[in-house]
Amino acid sequence: MSAASPTPSSAAARPRRALAPGLGRALKPIAEARGFARGMLWSGAILTGVFVFMGIFAPWLSPYRYDQYQLKGAAFPQLAPPSALHIFGTNVQSTDVLAQIIWGAQTELEVVALALIFALTIGVPLGLIAGYFGGIFDRILVLIMDAMYAIPPLLLALVIAFLLGSSITSGIVVAACAITIVYVPQYFRVLRNHVTSVREEPYVEAARAIGAGPFTILRKYIFFNVIQTIPVLATLNAADAILTLTGLGFLGYGVQPTQGAEWGYDVSRAVGDAASGIWWTTLFPGLAIVLLVTGLTLLGEGLNETINPVLRQRATTHMNMDEEDPA
Amino acid sequence: MAASGSSLKSYLLVRIAMVIPTILILLTLVFLLMRVAPGNPVTAALGGHAPPAVIKELTHQLGYDRPLYQQFGLYVWHILHGNFGTTITDKRQVTEIILQNGAATLELTVAAMIVALLVGVPIGLLAGRFRDRPVDAVTRLFGVVMYAMPVFVLGLLAQILFGSILNWLPISGQASPLTTALMTTHTNILLMDAVIDGNWPAFWDVFDHLILPATTLGLVFAGVFIRLVRVNVIRTLKDDYIEAARARGIRERAVVYRHAFRNALVPVITVIGLEVALLMGGAVLTETTFNWPGIGHALYIYLENRDYAAVQGIVIVFGLVVVASSLVVDFISALIDPRMRYK
Amino acid sequence: MTEPVVSVRDLRVYYGTPRGPARAVDRVALDIAPGETLGVVGESGSGKSTLGRGILGLLPEGTGIAGEVLYQGRNLVGMSKEELRHMRGPELGLIFQEPMTRLNPLLRIQEHFEETLRQHHPKLDRDEIRRRALEALGRTGIPPTRYKQYPHEFSGGMRQRIMIALALVLKPKLLIADEPTTALDVIVEAQIIRLLADLKKTSGTAVMLITHNLGIVAEACDRVAVMYGGKIVEEGDARKVFANPVHPYTRELLRSTISLETKSLHTIPGAPPSLITPPPGCLFHPRCPDAMRVCALKAPIEQRLEDGRRVQCWRHGPAEAIPDGGTEPLEREEIAVANEA
Repeated sequence: MSAASPTPSSAAARPRRALAPGLGRALKPIAEARGFARGMLWSGAILTGVFVFMGIFAPWLSPYRYDQYQLKGAAFPQLAPPSALHIFGTNVQSTDVLAQIIWGAQTELEVVALALIFALTIGVPLGLIAGYFGGIFDRILVLIMDAMYAIPPLLLALVIAFLLGSSITSGIVVAACAITIVYVPQYFRVLRNHVTSVREEPYVEAARAIGAGPFTILRKYIFFNVIQTIPVLATLNAADAILTLTGLGFLGYGVQPTQGAEWGYDVSRAVGDAASGIWWTTLFPGLAIVLLVTGLTLLGEGLNETINPVLRQRATTHMNMDEEDPA
Repeated sequence: MAASGSSLKSYLLVRIAMVIPTILILLTLVFLLMRVAPGNPVTAALGGHAPPAVIKELTHQLGYDRPLYQQFGLYVWHILHGNFGTTITDKRQVTEIILQNGAATLELTVAAMIVALLVGVPIGLLAGRFRDRPVDAVTRLFGVVMYAMPVFVLGLLAQILFGSILNWLPISGQASPLTTALMTTHTNILLMDAVIDGNWPAFWDVFDHLILPATTLGLVFAGVFIRLVRVNVIRTLKDDYIEAARARGIRERAVVYRHAFRNALVPVITVIGLEVALLMGGAVLTETTFNWPGIGHALYIYLENRDYAAVQGIVIVFGLVVVASSLVVDFISALIDPRMRYK
Repeated sequence: MTEPVVSVRDLRVYYGTPRGPARAVDRVALDIAPGETLGVVGESGSGKSTLGRGILGLLPEGTGIAGEVLYQGRNLVGMSKEELRHMRGPELGLIFQEPMTRLNPLLRIQEHFEETLRQHHPKLDRDEIRRRALEALGRTGIPPTRYKQYPHEFSGGMRQRIMIALALVLKPKLLIADEPTTALDVIVEAQIIRLLADLKKTSGTAVMLITHNLGIVAEACDRVAVMYGGKIVEEGDARKVFANPVHPYTRELLRSTISLETKSLHTIPGAPPSLITPPPGCLFHPRCPDAMRVCALKAPIEQRLEDGRRVQCWRHGPAEAIPDGGTEPLEREEIAVANEA
C-alpha cells in the first residue's frame, strides 16, 4: 500500500483493509455475484440466519420449554389445534409445537456444527496426506472409504447411532458421531482428488525444486488452494446432515426427547395423527426442516455458482451498436 | 465391431475385479462395527426375557463365545455360501427376509425411480435449456424444496391430504387385507403376482397402495435429477460440437434435442447407480411412514429389538445391492457411450 | 475483377464486458473473391477469430455487431436468426481450431453427415446422402470403410479432415478456417493446409484462412490481411506483403518468425493493445519502432498504394492530414511503455 495518504478518510479505512486482505479477495466474487446466484445467496443466508437466531435465543424466544406440558399447574391440552395460547397447536405429548420448533433449531444446529467439526478434522488431514503422499496408505484409505460409500448413508448413521446409543449418554454427541462417519468419506474423497491434481501443478513442482519440505508444501501451497472448495461442500453437507439427523430422529435414534427437541422425532410422534386428519403436528416441524435445509442448500448452491467458474454466467452487457458514437 | 465387443468384455472383467476388495472391506467394516459395541449380541437381544442358561446355550450355538478371528472367518465363509446369518429374536434366515420383504422394497424403489425420472429429467432439461429464465427459476426452486423435503414429511402430508381429507387413496400397507388373503404368491412382487394370475381387482388395489409411497419417494429423488440434468445441459450447451453443429446451420431445436439433451443424459445413468444407496436409505423412511412391509421396515423392527445378527445381515445385503447396481450401471453406460470402452 | 463472394464493409463487433465494450473488430473492410484464399493473420486477441465468426453471425449472446457483410447482394448483419442459419452450411462454412472436440462423441461420422445434409437438402434419399458424404470424405482422404465409426476412433488430423468434409459436403461458396492446424502436429498441418489450398482448384470454394502462423499464409494464400487491435492494418497480395511489408507491424511480425536464416530471436516489445481502453492515435504506436508524433495523436487514415495494397500507417500519408512537426520521431516515456507491458 502506498505510504503517501495523509487524508483522514483513507487513514481510517486502512486498518480495516489491512485486517483481512485475503478475506477481501475471497469475498470478491460474492460481492460481484449477479442475478440468480445473488438471489440464491441472499435468500439462503437470510433463511439460515433466521434459524441460527432462533437456535441461539431459544430460551428467550420460545413461549414454553420444549418439554413443558403444563402452565402453573394447568396441563396443556393434548393435540389441540392452533389457538392463541398455542399458535401452532400442541402434540400428542401435550407440548407446544412452536416451542418444539424453536428449541429444535438449537438441537439441529448443535449436532450439525459438531458433526462438521468432527468430519473436517478427520476428513481434511486424511485427504491431504493421502492425496499428497499416495502409496499404500492412500490405496487402503480409498478402498475403505469406497466400501463405506456402499452402505446407504442413512443406514450407516442409523447403525452407528444404534451402537453408540447404549454407551454415550448425550444424544447430541451420538447423533453428531453418526453423521460424522457418513461425511468423512466425502471430505476425504474431494480433498484427496483435489490434492492429487494440485500436486502436479507447476507452482508446487517449483516449491519442491527449491527444497521446500513436504509439510511446508502441504501447509503453504496445497492447503490454501484446496481449502477453497470446503465452504461450498460444508454448507451443502450441513443441509444434507440436517436431513440425516431428522431421519435418525424419525426412526427414534440420536437425540432423545428428554435431552432436547428434535424435529424428526416430532414428526415421528405425528405418524398416528395423519389418519385422523391432524395436520399441525406434521406440517410445522416438517416446514421447519424444509426451510432450514432449503436455506442451507440455496446458500451452498449460490456460493458454488459464484465461485465455480464452469457455472458462473459471464457478466455480459448487451451492446447497442446504434447508440455507439462513430468517433 | 469385434474389437469393441471384446474390449467391452475386458472392461467388465476389470470392473468386476475392482469390486472384490471393496466387498471384502465392506464385510470387514460391518463385522467390526457390530463387534465394537460392548456386550454379547444374545444378551442384547434377549436381555431380561431369557434365563441365563438359555442365553449361554444360544451364545454357544451361534458361535459368539469363540475368539473374534474365528467368528470372522466363519462369517465370511457363510456369506461366500450365500448365508447371511440367522436372526436372534425370531430365528429367521436373513436370506428369507430378503426374499420376502425384498420384493416389497424392490416394488417400491423401482416405482419411485420411475417417478423420479419422469418428473426430474424433463424438468431438468427444461431448466438447463432456458437457463436463468423464469422457467429455470421456478423449477430450480422446486428442485431445492423437493431435495429439502424429508420423505417422511412429504409422506405424512400426502397421507393427511389424499388419505384423511380427500379420502382418495390408501395410506398404509402394500395391499388391502382382503386382497392379500386372496392372492397367490409367485414372485412376492404383488403387482407381478396379480398380473400372472390375471387378477385385475387385486392389481388395481396394489397399484393404489403403491401410488402414495412411490410418488413420495420418487418426488424427493426427482430433486436430485433436476439439479443434475440441469447442470449437465448447461455444460453440454457450452461444448465445442454444439457450436460446430450451429456453424453447419443445424436447427436450434435439433442442436438442443439431438446433441445437447442426449449427451447431457449419459451421466444420469451413472447417477442412477449412485442414487441406489440414497434410495435405499429413503426406502427405510418411506416404508416406516407407510407401514410398507419392505426390508427397511424389517430393519427398523430388528433395530428396535436390538437383534445384531439381523441388522448385520441386512446392512450387508444393502451394501451388496449398492455395489452390484453401480457395476450394472457402469456396464450400461459403457454400452451407451462408445468412448467409455476405450478408457 | 469478378464480383466478390463476400464483401465486408465497416464491420464492428463489440463484446460487452463489465469494464465497458471491448472492440474486438473495429471498422473492418474486406473482399473475398471466388476461389480465392485469403489469409488473416495477427496475434491472439487481434480480433481475427471474431472477424471470422462475425461474418457467419456466430457470436455469443449479447455481442454487438454493426456494419455490412454482403453476400450475393444481401447484408448478413441484421438478418433474422433463421435466415442466417440457412446461410450457414450451404453458403458459408466454418471449421475450427480444435478438431478433437468438434464432433459429437455419441454420433457416428455417418450420423453427422446425414444430419447436415438432411438439414439443408431435405429431399435427398439415403443413397444420395451416402454418395455425397463418401465423396466429400474421399476428397479429404478418409476411406469409406470408416464411415460408420465414432469420432473417438480417429486421430486429431483425421477429425479435422472430417470437419472439412462436413463443411464441403454442402458446397459452400466460402469456407472460413479458424486456425485449423494450431492443435495439430507439423506434418498433419502441412497436409491440411495443402488440402485447403487445393480447394479452389477442385471446387472453386473461397477460403478465409485465419492463423497466427505466417508460414502457412505464405504457402497457401493469395492475399493476406494483417490484423492488429481489431483493425486491418495492411492488406494485399501475399507475395508482395511478405517481400515488402509497408506497415511497421507487418514488418516486425515477419522478423519475429523463425526461419532457416534466423540467427537470433526477434520479438516485438510490449503487449497487444487493450480493446476496452485502446491507446490514443495509432493502436501500434506504443510498440512501433518508427512511431512519429502524429501517431500518438490521431488514428491513421487508410491509404491505397499503387500496387493495390491497403495500409493504415501515417508513414504512408496522407501528408496533408499530418499536423506541423508531426513527422518528428515520438519521444516516449519509457516507464509508461513498461507499465503497458
